Amino acid sequence: MPGKKKLVCINCPVGCLIEVTLNGDTISSINGYKCKRGIEYARAECTNPVRIVTSTVKVKNGCLPVVPVKTEKPIPKRLIWDCMKEINRCCVKAPVKIGDVIVENLLDTGINIVATGNVPEAREKNGS
Amino acid sequence: MKKVDLVVIGGGPAGMAAAVKAKEKGVQDVLILERENNLGGILNQCIHNGFGLHYFGEELTGPEYAARFIDKVHRMNIPYLLETMVLNIDSDKTVTAVNSAEGVFTIKAKSIILAMGCRERTRGALNIPGTRPSGIYTAGTAQKYVNICGYMPGKSVVILGSGDIGLIMARRLALEGAQVKMVCELLPYSSGLTRNIVQCLDDYSIPLRLNHTVIAVHGKERLEGVTVAEVDQDRKPIPETAEFVPCDTLLLSVGLIPENELSRDAGIELDPVTSGPVVDNRMETLVEGIFACGNVAHVHDLVDNVSNESELAGESAAEYILGTNVPDREEAITVKAGNGIRYTVPRIIRKQSLSRNSVKIFFRVADVNRNVKLAARCGNNILLERKKVKVTPGEMETLELKAEDLQEIKAGEELVIEVKTNGEGQ
Repeated sequence: MPGKKKLVCINCPVGCLIEVTLNGDTISSINGYKCKRGIEYARAECTNPVRIVTSTVKVKNGCLPVVPVKTEKPIPKRLIWDCMKEINRCCVKAPVKIGDVIVENLLDTGINIVATGNVPEAREKNGS
Repeated sequence: MKKVDLVVIGGGPAGMAAAVKAKEKGVQDVLILERENNLGGILNQCIHNGFGLHYFGEELTGPEYAARFIDKVHRMNIPYLLETMVLNIDSDKTVTAVNSAEGVFTIKAKSIILAMGCRERTRGALNIPGTRPSGIYTAGTAQKYVNICGYMPGKSVVILGSGDIGLIMARRLALEGAQVKMVCELLPYSSGLTRNIVQCLDDYSIPLRLNHTVIAVHGKERLEGVTVAEVDQDRKPIPETAEFVPCDTLLLSVGLIPENELSRDAGIELDPVTSGPVVDNRMETLVEGIFACGNVAHVHDLVDNVSNESELAGESAAEYILGTNVPDREEAITVKAGNGIRYTVPRIIRKQSLSRNSVKIFFRVADVNRNVKLAARCGNNILLERKKVKVTPGEMETLELKAEDLQEIKAGEELVIEVKTNGEGQ
């Protein structure tokens, strides 16, 4: 089934408007790009668009209530909302360090969710 | 009174990079003063990725980028005071600060690096009429609530201003379950990166309304909605287009202002366009021995550029303190923002500092334009010209000039940076 998809290239500030003609899952033509990076971008966006997801995860007994996290590698765009569900289910115990694995093998992608910040344990209150 | 060779005001990316470089270049006695309870500055709340591609050659999140420099500060044993607010600096380089441990105290410095960053423009700066309900935040404040404090500022959101922080927060709030109704932009184009428009708005079907603004705020205790209207060519709202949009939260992403109260009190001349100190090619302000770098000097698009600029300031401060390179202030070339240019950094080039280095001139264009040439000239002599398919005020531009070319310009002469539009010579 032929279809057209319009994309704005993100590789540079020119922002070429690229039109991709699709025949089912296969690309039959790409138009509107001004450089090679545009073709590559359009091809990736139409076949397997991916994104790094960043968010925060709850921390127990930390000096901050949340720790920032990211998917270690870009994940398929269609998994973003399921990824957020996983992240929102999580709760970790302080201390948390940059690089700590928070979720292993997210949704069977083989990609981990890791901490991107440090959250030490909460200090004793009124340390007198 | 305590004496320190170099006091760095601000422990964000600019202050840390400057302090590390100054110590590397031989200044033993460096002290960073930071207002918050940790180093890293605003990077700590910028949890999205996209930092570091230029500086580290890899894509990092804000906290990861900050951590690399925090580690350097620790490894080099550079002392810093947290939760310490600088109250005043004098042109003779006396710093007055306060914290809860020491009370008010003064430090006499040989040199000072200003690295206080910038802050957001607020509703007051825009004069949006209407009531004063809760639920109106600057985008950066909302970012801190969500990413550091773990609170959501609201459930249904309108964002005014399409700068990068606004776009990033549109996605962030959408991911956390808020209904982000629209992003309004007064101008006919967004000042944000294309990548952010695609990945923060298009990915989440959030509409971007160009040539639109918020003309009224409604609600008594809590925000109940805003009136949005299209604007004409003179940016005046068109009354017939006014539309009520129900929402409980309004985020403002309408520009950043370098935070220069301290600089002003010290008698440091500010540039009316950047609101940052006028600096030379070594990032020295017009007060000898006081340097400025990062967003306090001019608002940057990329933290990578902040790090590079701050290392230059750190190196220059080291040369000043050690007396290895203190150029004659009379031997100076003025840099002028010519046709189509809003501002340049630096505004002054010290001829005697040119022996080894090329000079990078950073600048912003005034308007969106296609197929232009960016040029640096002195009189009719064109030193450098570069073609650009597209220029936009949202994207900082640079021209790197060779020291030998600059040497030929006489002290007192002007170096003009300009945009040449299609075919016409200026």
